[in-house]
Amino acid sequence: MAPIIDIKAITKNFGGFRALDGVDLQVAEGEILAIIGPSGSGKSTLIRCINQLEEHDGGTIEVDGHILQKGADLTAVRTELGMVFQGFNLFPHLSVLRNVALAPVRVRGLSWSEADARARKLLERVGLKDHIEKYPAQLSGGQQQRVGIARALAMEPKVLLFDEPTSALDPEMVGEVLDVIQQLAKTGVTMIVVTHEMGFARKVADRVVFMDQGRIVEQGPPETLFDAPHDERLRSFLNAVLSH
Amino acid sequence: MSFFDAFLNWDVFVQTFPLLISGLTITIGLGLCAIVLGLAGGMLLALLRLYGPAPARQIAIAYIDIFRAIPLLVLLVVIYYALPFAGLRLEPFTSAVMALSLVSAAYSAEIFRAGIEGVPKGQFEAARALGLNAYRRMGDIILPQAIKLVIPPITSNSINVFKDTALASVVAMPDLLKQATQAQALAANPTPLISAAVIYIALLLPLVRMVSIFERRLAAKSR
Repeated sequence: MAPIIDIKAITKNFGGFRALDGVDLQVAEGEILAIIGPSGSGKSTLIRCINQLEEHDGGTIEVDGHILQKGADLTAVRTELGMVFQGFNLFPHLSVLRNVALAPVRVRGLSWSEADARARKLLERVGLKDHIEKYPAQLSGGQQQRVGIARALAMEPKVLLFDEPTSALDPEMVGEVLDVIQQLAKTGVTMIVVTHEMGFARKVADRVVFMDQGRIVEQGPPETLFDAPHDERLRSFLNAVLSH
Repeated sequence: MSFFDAFLNWDVFVQTFPLLISGLTITIGLGLCAIVLGLAGGMLLALLRLYGPAPARQIAIAYIDIFRAIPLLVLLVVIYYALPFAGLRLEPFTSAVMALSLVSAAYSAEIFRAGIEGVPKGQFEAARALGLNAYRRMGDIILPQAIKLVIPPITSNSINVFKDTALASVVAMPDLLKQATQAQALAANPTPLISAAVIYIALLLPLVRMVSIFERRLAAKSR
């Protein structure tokens, strides 16, 4: 079966800095992929290229049969890609319910009542049934991120992209967000998760990708990657993050 | 003549009050038209300047610079007294609305631009990632937040536009100031001028106060 995401030799420069240096990555439908690596290794840039929040300089990206190019109409692709941000990026002027229901109405063409019903169901699923009329500023970080996840799910995307979803959270709120992501992993949706949570990556991912200096250095099933790493850089990275 | 007879003469006030009220109606009409047109034009210019194709962006920048550089009174006089020589004869009201809104649009454009640029980058990204098109991103996500940010300076600017309507008396516009000076000449007494000044203050003081309150609220929120 053709991969749902097919990335070939992509490069991305920020000024003189090479953020992505020839990355190849195929993701199969239903696969749960975790991307790990030191900060500045290109993990976030890679995931942001997949929905073209960053435009790649070279190489090709194919998402569900659409080739991503400059000037192409990205709406069709973006509706298939749900994105969850490190900083939540909820819309502060809209209620929790509207945050989730907006895009299905504006992009998918649902009526407000259909979209509200969908949003209510999703918010209940992420444990926020009692907060739907609130505004983002009234919620804790963990609650906000769960709204962010519901917002991404409301478009019924084929792929969910998580860009360090727990990095901006207070430690006591990390668990509630990871629990929600873990529940999602069981639903069969394709997920790409950039994360610093090694325990989570090991438990949930089908495949773990380690990046360093804009390249994929090593990848494989979590057991292999965490218990028998080959690459020296991966070993020292794991030592650094797991030793405390 | 006593102070009260000269400046706060009740009989003169009663006599000239209807004249002042007719002037006030015109001042309010003029102010509202100029404010609304100026805001609409300013928003259009700000969007062109930020997101328009390159030539439109250049034109917007040139417009904004020129109309912030020209003195309003000069522009008004040019429109009213010079344009007829080019075959364009405008009513005093139209001339005044035009001059006021052309200049106000330039200032509003810069305010709106600052507001749009003040919306965090993550908001643009979240809107794009959801697949919203450019109009929806602006209309649903960015502008509601940007406008909230610029309510104090936009109100301030609107107060200025309203005050500047008094310049229209130069082009024979029977606005509040013009009626007051005329009433003063008729009654040979400055009371109408004092009345007019009080009316201007009474109208605008609450707005000036509101700006301060808005500003304090915004500052408290961003802390």
